[in-house]
Amino acid sequence: MHVLRPLYVVLALAGMILIARIFVVPNDFGIHEKGYMYGWYRKANESEWKALGVKYQGKEYCMDCHAQQEKEVRSSRHNIIECENCHGPALEHPSDPQKLTIDRSRELCLRCHTYLPYPTSKRAEMKGIDPDQHNPGGECVGCHNPHQGSKPQRRSR
Amino acid sequence: MNRRDFLKLSLRGFGAIALAKGLDEIFRPVAGHASLKSLRWVFLIDTYKCIGCGFCVKACKLENEIPFEANVSRTWVERYVVTKEGKVFADTPQEARNGFISGRVDLGMGRYKDIPKETIDKAFFVPKLCNQCEKPPCVQVCPVGATYQTADGVVLVDRKWCIGCGYCIMACPYGMRFFHPVYHVAEKCNFCYHRITQGMKPACVLACPMGARKIGNMKDLVDPVTKIIRTQRVEIHKGEYGTKPQVYYLGLSEEVR
Repeated sequence: MHVLRPLYVVLALAGMILIARIFVVPNDFGIHEKGYMYGWYRKANESEWKALGVKYQGKEYCMDCHAQQEKEVRSSRHNIIECENCHGPALEHPSDPQKLTIDRSRELCLRCHTYLPYPTSKRAEMKGIDPDQHNPGGECVGCHNPHQGSKPQRRSR
Repeated sequence: MNRRDFLKLSLRGFGAIALAKGLDEIFRPVAGHASLKSLRWVFLIDTYKCIGCGFCVKACKLENEIPFEANVSRTWVERYVVTKEGKVFADTPQEARNGFISGRVDLGMGRYKDIPKETIDKAFFVPKLCNQCEKPPCVQVCPVGATYQTADGVVLVDRKWCIGCGYCIMACPYGMRFFHPVYHVAEKCNFCYHRITQGMKPACVLACPMGARKIGNMKDLVDPVTKIIRTQRVEIHKGEYGTKPQVYYLGLSEEVR
């Protein structure tokens, strides 16, 4: 019956899609632990995320070789700051990169040491300056040694 | 055996099989339930401790390869300044990736405002990151199953599977999602899943010098972070949406949106 022909076409298409699905959709795609609403996904993606490389390695990693600098910082208030916050992420240092790029900019110090009078925030308790008044444009590390945060001494050049 | 007996017997047989199968479906322990019971990542932010240095944002952007100069970020820090007149000023200049190095509040459209010290009633910083909701609306709306919740509660995006339709970006009540400028797919904070699954802290937690950001396991009752959440007065963002966010705050204020 010619009126049924479109139906056959639709059925054939549906069949083709069902067959193509077997090849296109990965085996691990489906409903997992969290059920249909939140857990419908490709399982292998979890391990893809886990396999990402770590960039920030943490102080212990730096200490393995730079114990001397760590000792220097330990007595200072800057001990609470991670090395990598100023020295940049270690990545695979010392192999890759061989040298880290240190941020010695005034702006880096001002992140904490611009005085902001904010009650109920720890920021108000920070030792801070008015960047427009305190040696504007000057590099902080010219006078202050960032590894000796608690002792604002002049740095010997 | 006559025909009637045969049909009766086979119907009973089928019934028994169907019942057994149904019970099995309901009561069979699902694979992975063990991990579901013992691990649930949660986050705790102490806004009293935050000084707005923005090292968390810097570390996050570098760790997770979000182009540093692009105005999108997985986490950011907001500043709230409430004046004695009751006016609320809030800003997050460039997601605070370079911290707050000026007292001038960014009003948008290139306008800034100096707020004199004497007029300030309260002012504080609020770090924001993905809430890893227990009922994530962003996951519900994904038409292709590219975003999902893992057994330990973290919401991830499958970059190979995402078609970039943007439904999830619209669905998130917290505005946590954005398009990745390089991969052109939906992007979001995942508590640094590659770090926490191998026993490291998320990059923002590591970088925070004040200990304002902490991560814990809600299923571990002796976890110090969990203990604070269970025993102290903590607040969540936009509880009225019913998404059950899992980032808890100490010292949140009604001005925070």
